[in-house]
Amino acid sequence: MFGLDKKDTTLLLIVFVLTMCAPFLLNPFPGNSAMAQFNAGYPDLMQRFVIYGIFAIGFNILFGLTGYLSFGHAAFLGVGSYSAVWMFKLLSMNVLPAVILSVIIAGLFALVIGFISLRRSGIYFSILTLAFAQMSFALAYSVLTPITNGETGLQLSLNDPRILGESVSASGGIPFPSLFGLDMRATHVMELGPWMFQFSAGYYFCAVLMLLAFYLAIRIFRSPFGLMLRAVKSNQQRMNYTGLNVRPYTLAAFVISGMYAGLAGGLLAAMDPLAGAERMQWTASGEVVLMTILGGAGTLIGPVLGAGFIKYFENIFSKINDTVLHQWFAFMPDGIEDLLVTVIHPFVGKGWHLTLGLMFMAVVIFLPGGLVQGGQKIGNLFRRKPAADHTTSAAKTPAE
Amino acid sequence: MGILEVKDVNKRFGGLQALGNVNLSVADNTVHAIIGPNGAGKSTLLNCLVGKLIPDTGSVMFAGQSVLGLKPYQINQMGISRVFQTPEIFGDLTVMENMMIPCLAKRDGPFRMHAIRSVFGEKKLRERAEEMLTEVKMLDKRDMHAASMSRGDKRRLEMAMCLVQEPRLLLLDEPTAGMARHDTNNTIDLLKDIKARGNITMCIIEHDMHVVFSLADRITVLAQGTPLVEDTPEKIKGHPKVREAYLGETA
Ligand SMILES: Nc1ncnc2c1ncn2[C@@H]1O[C@H](COP(=O)(O)OP(=O)(O)OP(=O)(O)O)[C@@H](O)[C@H]1O
Ligand SMILES: [Mg+2]
Repeated sequence: MFGLDKKDTTLLLIVFVLTMCAPFLLNPFPGNSAMAQFNAGYPDLMQRFVIYGIFAIGFNILFGLTGYLSFGHAAFLGVGSYSAVWMFKLLSMNVLPAVILSVIIAGLFALVIGFISLRRSGIYFSILTLAFAQMSFALAYSVLTPITNGETGLQLSLNDPRILGESVSASGGIPFPSLFGLDMRATHVMELGPWMFQFSAGYYFCAVLMLLAFYLAIRIFRSPFGLMLRAVKSNQQRMNYTGLNVRPYTLAAFVISGMYAGLAGGLLAAMDPLAGAERMQWTASGEVVLMTILGGAGTLIGPVLGAGFIKYFENIFSKINDTVLHQWFAFMPDGIEDLLVTVIHPFVGKGWHLTLGLMFMAVVIFLPGGLVQGGQKIGNLFRRKPAADHTTSAAKTPAE
Repeated sequence: MGILEVKDVNKRFGGLQALGNVNLSVADNTVHAIIGPNGAGKSTLLNCLVGKLIPDTGSVMFAGQSVLGLKPYQINQMGISRVFQTPEIFGDLTVMENMMIPCLAKRDGPFRMHAIRSVFGEKKLRERAEEMLTEVKMLDKRDMHAASMSRGDKRRLEMAMCLVQEPRLLLLDEPTAGMARHDTNNTIDLLKDIKARGNITMCIIEHDMHVVFSLADRITVLAQGTPLVEDTPEKIKGHPKVREAYLGETA
């Protein structure tokens, strides 16, 4: 189906069902229970899952296939956000042109940065991309203030022209992003006893784009072009002596992954129309590297899993504080309750980075193929069958 | 004039004269062997032909065109393929994927963005790749991880990858090193077969004299970067200088 083989079609359908049912799946605990803390089915959080999923899918096309580790992909995310906000300011509040411009501008940006950075490989390539991203970050704060609005960040105002839309909404405020009139904030709430499920237009818009992005990634992985990208990672010498020019292949992969990042950046702005330079900071570039490796570099579904994992930790684990812990262990005798809270305390709340860090180390050491490899191992335990390599062989030899 | 003309090529590495005034003319549709002791400069000479090294002086002409200054991929697209002394294959990919890459390179040129169609939809190329794998008796290994194969199999795969491109000039750097006797004989048969079909010139570097004398039309003996003699296999066998410089050593 859709030009994919059976395995890939199944994978696509699974991802389709999971994203479409996410409002249910991510809210498994009744609202009045102590476990409600772990629910993640809120529109803004779900939006972040799929948006960072897009970011990681694109990053994986570069890193997972060619092995070129970019440390500056957040620059494209930031450029995408700025482009989208400018589109909201100048043209209209429609998200579609905004997102399209984000992709184009990020692609052009990636073309320039890639053209220069790809003159080197390995660590020098990584450093060059990092340098470019940090430069963009610094410039966004300083000389580019007319475009980026410096430290305040780029925001909408009542004075924006919006030539195809309205500067001021009917209610006198700044209008909100919409898709041909469908407000991105529109949310349908469904209450089922103690459960509350929220279906947001913004989330579904992002989810559909993620599915498209995912589908395109599968096609690229399976195409002759994708094969060449894997050849780049495997043996550039052999490629050269087989009559293939390596540079345009890596540049194309770089631009495509930059466009994915631009799309993600545009969507971030479409869900919340402001853009700040901190989106380009190196920590944001590092995050997408973590997502991809955690999930499984070079696999199809890995980056999406990794993105979901990290965003879940960032938003859920970080909210567990001592009061919550005390509530959970209230049924225990006081001494044990305090002890448990003290032991768990460093791992939750502000300490969520510690948990994530330990998990990341465990994955890299024990599961070099990321969570996907973990899933395969568990699957094989049940099937008692030699490892069926679900995606690409790259899963076995990830980060270089 | 031969299809490959090497004139007065010199190459120095620091103080070491790796190639000194090398002249070589390879006639079209022949097999030309280059023999010589370790460190004689045989691989260095091939490196100068495929764009890996640029000679300090001299000229290298292929089919009437200079290859000096061209990139390796451009030289390959002119019709020169090379099997390396240590196998250069795509270790992370399967045997079949390894074969598809030269097929695609031959059809699509140095760069083409075929990002939507599936590799497995390329029926013609796959058939061509399978044919070639059958010829090197590796079809049963088509789904194997290339890196996990024996050295001999890697070499045969690399040879198949070069042959599937139907090069006009095939450069083989010790194609049977690391192969079992049986596989060596298969390789000799394969190369004889390829040669009989015509329209291919081969330059073969080899230490195994059985292979050299089975295949070569002409032999150049290289010692310390300079050609000692060039002649037919029969003459080379009896040549006193050769016995002293080379055959004597290995006997
Ligand atoms: N890139 C290089 N830099 C420096 N010296 C080199 C380089 N390549 C080859 N040499 C030297 O040049 C000489 C010729 O090497 P070459 O590899 O051409 O020999 P060969 O005839 O292929 O030997 P073998 O039979 O061992 O493969 C050797 O002394 C080698 O050490
Ligand atoms: Mg050699």
